Amino acid sequence: MRLSKTQRIYSSRSSGESSLSGLIRNLNIDIPLLVSLLLICGFGLFVLYSAAGESSELLINQAIRMGVALIVMLIVAQLPPDFLRRSTPWAYFGGLVLLVLVLTMGDIGQGARRWLNIGIRFQPSEAMKLAVPMMMAWYLHDRDIPPKLGHITVIAVLIAVPTYLIAKQPDLGTSILIAASGVIVIILAGMSFKVIFGLGALSIPGAFLLWSFMQDYQKQRVLTLFNPDSDPLGAGYNIIQSKIAIGSGGLFGKGWTNGSQAQLEFLPERHTDFIFAVLGEEFGLLGVIGLLALYMFVIGRGLYIAVQAHDTYSRLLAGSISLTFLVYVFVNTAMVTGLVPVVGVPLPLVSFGGTSMVTLMAGFGILMSIHSYRKLLPH
Amino acid sequence: MNLLSPIKDHRKERHLFIGRALLASGILFILLGLVIVRLVQLQVFDHELFAVKSQGNRVRIQAVPPIRGLVFDRNGVVIAENLPAYQLELIPEQVSDVSDTLTRLAALGLIASADIPRFEAQSGSGQRFKPVTLRLRMTDEEIASFAIQRPRFPGVNFQPRLVRHYPHDELFAHAVGYVGALNTSDLQRLDPARYAGSSHTGKTGVESSFEDDLHGNAGFRHLIANARGRQIPANTTELLDSLPMDETPDPGSNIYLSLDIELQRVAFDALEGRRGSIVALDPTTGEILALVSAPSFDPNLFAVGMSTAQYDELQNNLDRPLFNRAVRGTYPPGSTIKPMLSLAALETGATNLTRKTVCIGYFQLEGNEHRYRDWKPQGHGPVDLHDAIAQSCDVYFYEISGDLGIDNMHEYLTRFGLGSQTGVDVLGERTGLVPSKEWKRNNFRDHDNKRWYDGETVIASIGQGFMLATPLQLASAVGTLALRGSRFRPHMVAAIEDPLSREKTLVEPVWLGNVGIGNELYWDNVLEAMHNVMQGPQGTARAVGFGAPYEMAGKSGTAQIVSIAQDAEYNEDEIEERQRDHALFISFAPYDDPRIAVAVIVENGSSGSNIAAPIAKAVMDKYLKYGDDAPE
Repeated sequence: MRLSKTQRIYSSRSSGESSLSGLIRNLNIDIPLLVSLLLICGFGLFVLYSAAGESSELLINQAIRMGVALIVMLIVAQLPPDFLRRSTPWAYFGGLVLLVLVLTMGDIGQGARRWLNIGIRFQPSEAMKLAVPMMMAWYLHDRDIPPKLGHITVIAVLIAVPTYLIAKQPDLGTSILIAASGVIVIILAGMSFKVIFGLGALSIPGAFLLWSFMQDYQKQRVLTLFNPDSDPLGAGYNIIQSKIAIGSGGLFGKGWTNGSQAQLEFLPERHTDFIFAVLGEEFGLLGVIGLLALYMFVIGRGLYIAVQAHDTYSRLLAGSISLTFLVYVFVNTAMVTGLVPVVGVPLPLVSFGGTSMVTLMAGFGILMSIHSYRKLLPH
Repeated sequence: MNLLSPIKDHRKERHLFIGRALLASGILFILLGLVIVRLVQLQVFDHELFAVKSQGNRVRIQAVPPIRGLVFDRNGVVIAENLPAYQLELIPEQVSDVSDTLTRLAALGLIASADIPRFEAQSGSGQRFKPVTLRLRMTDEEIASFAIQRPRFPGVNFQPRLVRHYPHDELFAHAVGYVGALNTSDLQRLDPARYAGSSHTGKTGVESSFEDDLHGNAGFRHLIANARGRQIPANTTELLDSLPMDETPDPGSNIYLSLDIELQRVAFDALEGRRGSIVALDPTTGEILALVSAPSFDPNLFAVGMSTAQYDELQNNLDRPLFNRAVRGTYPPGSTIKPMLSLAALETGATNLTRKTVCIGYFQLEGNEHRYRDWKPQGHGPVDLHDAIAQSCDVYFYEISGDLGIDNMHEYLTRFGLGSQTGVDVLGERTGLVPSKEWKRNNFRDHDNKRWYDGETVIASIGQGFMLATPLQLASAVGTLALRGSRFRPHMVAAIEDPLSREKTLVEPVWLGNVGIGNELYWDNVLEAMHNVMQGPQGTARAVGFGAPYEMAGKSGTAQIVSIAQDAEYNEDEIEERQRDHALFISFAPYDDPRIAVAVIVENGSSGSNIAAPIAKAVMDKYLKYGDDAPE
């Protein structure tokens, strides 16, 4: 709290040249991050309009969600990193309780138990996407870096419990992202390579263990990846159609709203998980690389903020949020292009859907907060 | 917690972090690089492949059925055409309550209440945007009454389509035949590429035997369709670019028949209310001028589709209206074979022109009491061959039958085309039967039945017993008599017209050779006898031939279908109508310059000369007068 007061004085004192930049600084907004996020959102809306069959209803719906998510981002940006750090255990354990509640009394939808209904319906697993890396950072904040083996064991448990609870819903996509966000914190914290490779070696029997835990439909998705043509109208259909969409788009694409795969409904899940294929079909390789470049910029900016961060907690958290975002992008694009099995991971900020958008934007709010409160410590 | 912070080496920690962040992001960027490599692979190197696959996904090929060729008579009168008809359709996805809509349509009388469950099931299964056909053809009144009610029936429409139409209804039902809906066996038989989009095929008559010419070839239209097969309207999207070229269907060829509608109508009317058949042909070419089988039916019922009840009625009718008697009906030819047997007997020496027999009304084989009766119980008295034909004396032929023998009968009747298909251009022709000793050996199992008996030769000499012939065979045979032994293959199709160039290919007459009886004296005698049948003082049909403006020749026949017990009184009134003898008549005219040959069979008509002969004359009258009017 003491630091944050100083910070506040520091930041308000340095502002004042123009009222707009002053306002921006007072609101802890990072302009490069905000602009690139808005570009992604705008591009996303553009693609979504076409993917949803030129439905303006869906478009407005998504725009409203983006607006809400941006407001959440602005609010989170006002929370000082120390406040976040001290709230972290509450957020994490509160999240765990909600996850247990989901498994016992959650709403069921699309064959999974993911939602809690307390007046509004929401997915506690989404909150855990932030709570887990926060918890890792909190735990390592005042411990030795690189962490000792005992600490790593504790961290492993802290990652494993929510990952398991979410995988059990089942929601494989989210649990992978959460596990990744935790593991990234450990790597960023400087865990020795021996341990990393050791865990890597362990992951092979772990994969078999995971296989035994998988639902039949999840196993099917993995098998389909290796041979989509084995079941062209069933499990392989999404991948086949998605590859046709992207491949037929070529270098320059078929043009906005002219993608036959998307417009004629050959492509399933075209406005949600497979929207990347619509982008590839209608805007071609150039459009796809353009979007990926925007993502890269966001990630790069996030890592820059992490490096500039003033304490261990902020640094680890900012690094994890940025790199998890990269994992997000990778898993979705790799899944749509048929490189990894189909797991339900949306294309961040572009796929239609509300909850993940709010979580993502809250994450960027944290980045902005961390950036505003930097430079208090000597380099 | 705060106490621990100062002792942390932030600088070292930060360097470690930077190293790890670079490492982790490096790994992840490499992974993302893999995605980009993958994208380049899909979008640049495999682009062609996926572009083709995407095209294959969205382009649906829809077959366009060809327009069936028309059928005309020899004067160019349309006999089979294609008319637009309106069918009633229901599109399930546009109807909120299918059951209610169907009930209200039934109340309007547009569909049968009994069919509602079937239509409901059809609407419930399958693609919801695909129309369910409720009625194949609506009458003008139904279209009008539905048009007024239409706002009450969203999702129910009438759709135009071409339906085969036979404007003369029953008149050409057996000659031209009809088309019917394609069934499973048709689909196995026919070329799927040619019939893609077709719903009907020729089932009988010319429609069936000239199916290949009439049908034409299907064309193809390329459509954009979405994943569920729904067609996307062309004007709403730019997706139509780069569609493959459509292929227009080749229309079927038009067919000109040798049939003459005027003659056909006269023949048809002459058999009104009777069961029987008339075949008239031009002996000099084999062209069939009229072909009637009575009773007939309305071929439009098959083209449009009829209810099961309607079909059952046709199928179970005792008079068998669907049965084509002209080419499939086989009858004992009776005395109509006498001219041919006379020629055979003269040629083989079994009789001569001067031989006389005294007819006493019956004939007995040596050492047998059985009396083979003449049709005239008191007998004809002394008769030579000429008289035997003109008066149709049975006893003369009974007497020469032993010398002629069944195998000679078989040989010569076969030369006239009996006992085998005439080769007419209509499918389904029956062969009839001319018995021989060999035939009997091969077709009977019992030892006693395998033998040929002399008594069988006796009755064969007047065209009874095993002998059977179709009306078409008899018409062809009398045509051969008219030409003194020269045979032409009977045919009904005179020309085939290319629908686009209007170029006609004429069907050339096919000469089948000569029966091989060279002595003109024999022919003179037999033909003169046939002439006297019609116009001689004692001819059996002199009442018919009397006063005709032209000379004609003929021969009556009466085919016994119930064997009369020995010495039983023949009382026509007591015999059920359906058990009376068949009446037959064969004839040609003009006598000196034959232009038409006619065979008439009236089932259960009792008398060839009284019932069948006037019908034959009516046909010849019409044709010869008609022929005078229109020079050919």
